[in-house]
Amino acid sequence: MSIFVDRDTRLVVQGITGRDGGFHAEQMLAYGTRVVAGVTPGKGGQTALGLPVFDTVAAAARETGANASCIFVPAAAAADAVLEAVDAGLGTIVCITEGVPVADMNGVMPQVKAAGARLIGPNCPGLITPGQAKVGILPGGIVAPGRVGVVSRSGTLTYEVVWQLTQAGLGQSTCIGIGGDAVIGTNFIDCLAAFQADPETEAVVMIGEIGGTDEEEAADFIAANVNLPVVAFIAGRTAPPGKRMGHAGAIISGGAGTAAEKIAKLGEVGIPVATIPSRIVPELQKIYTPQA
Amino acid sequence: MKIHEYQAKELFRREGIPVPEGRVAETPAEARQIAEDLGGGPVVVKSQVLVGGRGKAGGVKLADGPDEARETAEAILGMKIKGLTVTRVLVTPAKDIAREFYLGIVQDRSRQRPVLMTSAAGGVDIEEVARTAPDQIVTTPIDPVLGLRPFQARQAAFHVAEGRTAAQMARIMVQLWNAYRRVDANLAEINPLIETPGGEVWAIDAKINFDDNGLARQPEIAGWRDPAESPPEENEARAAGLSFVKLAGNVGCLVNGAGLAMATMDLIQHFGGRPANFLDIGGSSSPDKVVTALDIITRDANVKAILFNIFGGITRCDDVARGIIEARRRADIAVPIVVRLVGTNEEEARDLLAETDLVPAATMDEAVQTAIRLAEGGAA
Repeated sequence: MSIFVDRDTRLVVQGITGRDGGFHAEQMLAYGTRVVAGVTPGKGGQTALGLPVFDTVAAAARETGANASCIFVPAAAAADAVLEAVDAGLGTIVCITEGVPVADMNGVMPQVKAAGARLIGPNCPGLITPGQAKVGILPGGIVAPGRVGVVSRSGTLTYEVVWQLTQAGLGQSTCIGIGGDAVIGTNFIDCLAAFQADPETEAVVMIGEIGGTDEEEAADFIAANVNLPVVAFIAGRTAPPGKRMGHAGAIISGGAGTAAEKIAKLGEVGIPVATIPSRIVPELQKIYTPQA
Repeated sequence: MKIHEYQAKELFRREGIPVPEGRVAETPAEARQIAEDLGGGPVVVKSQVLVGGRGKAGGVKLADGPDEARETAEAILGMKIKGLTVTRVLVTPAKDIAREFYLGIVQDRSRQRPVLMTSAAGGVDIEEVARTAPDQIVTTPIDPVLGLRPFQARQAAFHVAEGRTAAQMARIMVQLWNAYRRVDANLAEINPLIETPGGEVWAIDAKINFDDNGLARQPEIAGWRDPAESPPEENEARAAGLSFVKLAGNVGCLVNGAGLAMATMDLIQHFGGRPANFLDIGGSSSPDKVVTALDIITRDANVKAILFNIFGGITRCDDVARGIIEARRRADIAVPIVVRLVGTNEEEARDLLAETDLVPAATMDEAVQTAIRLAEGGAA
């Protein structure tokens, strides 16, 4: 009844003794996520938030039976942290870190794929399965358990939309922020396929933005493989070309990656695209009524 | 980040790519001297600005000897190309051209790796070739771990050329890859790579763009940043850890998160207003960052109202409100400020704002419409 994380997620936090890692590990525990260990090289044997800290992910996985990781290490160490989690056999790896060089991600992705692991991010807010597990930095207070899947390249814009869904009584199966970089581990298609396969997800909200062609490829995928109702929103309709709009991946380059192209493509395959964020819920309500 | 042609040529030279000699001049007299030092023959005088289309704009000219080089430099220096003033020209020997090729390495988002692009249609806009005659471009994906293998380079080179020229081109492709990899580029381009009537091969133009996320480990390159690449406000914002893009409207925006900041900018235009900027203040809304952001925004005389759109989430909204109120006190601001805060403790935040002249708003739509009305001189 969710995708990628749930009650059975046993999480290790890489970088748990850092400021962000510590703060968000505490938030995840408070939400009820089964955080089982932390990793900080050189601090093995200590405890943090009452959890055992290990020097390596391999040791943490061996001693605690962890099956997932959430990464809060600095950008220069992020690729290595992902590879370490892959090597330790963890199946779900969520990398929150922002500013990871593209060349590092190019090198990491073939290893992730070869191991059959699922990497989410980098430069992402993570994901939350309401009432079960929160992995990353999404605020737990804005979600509600339910049957709408949410997938987005953004952070706070996702929160905005999720909050509107919750206020409208539309709970969520899983909300996932896939990240704003040009090279990410999990894309729209991966999430759409997972939502389609999840018996508890009945509808999907997809929030894209300028840059790249992931939304166009997702449109084709939906047309061929998804029969759930889907509503989309694309940020950056008025973005000037050639300027990086905050996210490393949000740039219109050589005339490609515009919002207009993405909206046109989604429209072609019959996916309603909300003009403004407050229209997302009404557009969804037109094509989807939650089962009692 | 971008660098100038002469800097890209320096990086190419280090890898062994054949680049014609040449130096940069800032005055016509220097240009004359360089032309003389190069032997007194024909030279090309090339404006060094960080935009494409320099040739079409008249910023690249042939000069027959030192005197003409001086005159040409005089004409090009001070010229404006796409809004940028030319302050430097590269003076380099003119080469006779028999054939022109295109070589480029660029990050391919879908493939999650760099690709080498090779074409016999060099010297023209490659994006135009990609649109009109994609079959004229050979695309070679590069394994991020193995790198561009020499056999792959030969396959591409012998597809567009033959004999000694193709063999030299294949060597240059691997050198181009080495340059790309070493400096964390996301584009490295030779357009054109030329063959002279005598069979020599030269890279007569050079372009490298960088992955901004790689700059932290590229101190030399980071030091080459030309502030003229961006408006001064954007440079100042970058130094303060803010992501800022200047626009032409009258509603200044401060938003946390890039996606929400884009959506806010779009929403202002949706309701008939004009955003003055895109600004992502990032995860922490510390008073110092907010003060810097307000300072940058209010320096723009077009700004008639300011809009804060903050989705706090985990962040406590009363903390953010205190930060905004503190920043408001430290910065002398004459224009109205609309504040929309959502998240933990948002009621407390609204109570705090009620004691100030800041205009509270509950939803994004309401905040944007209020800010537009105020910017146009209306009442809150």
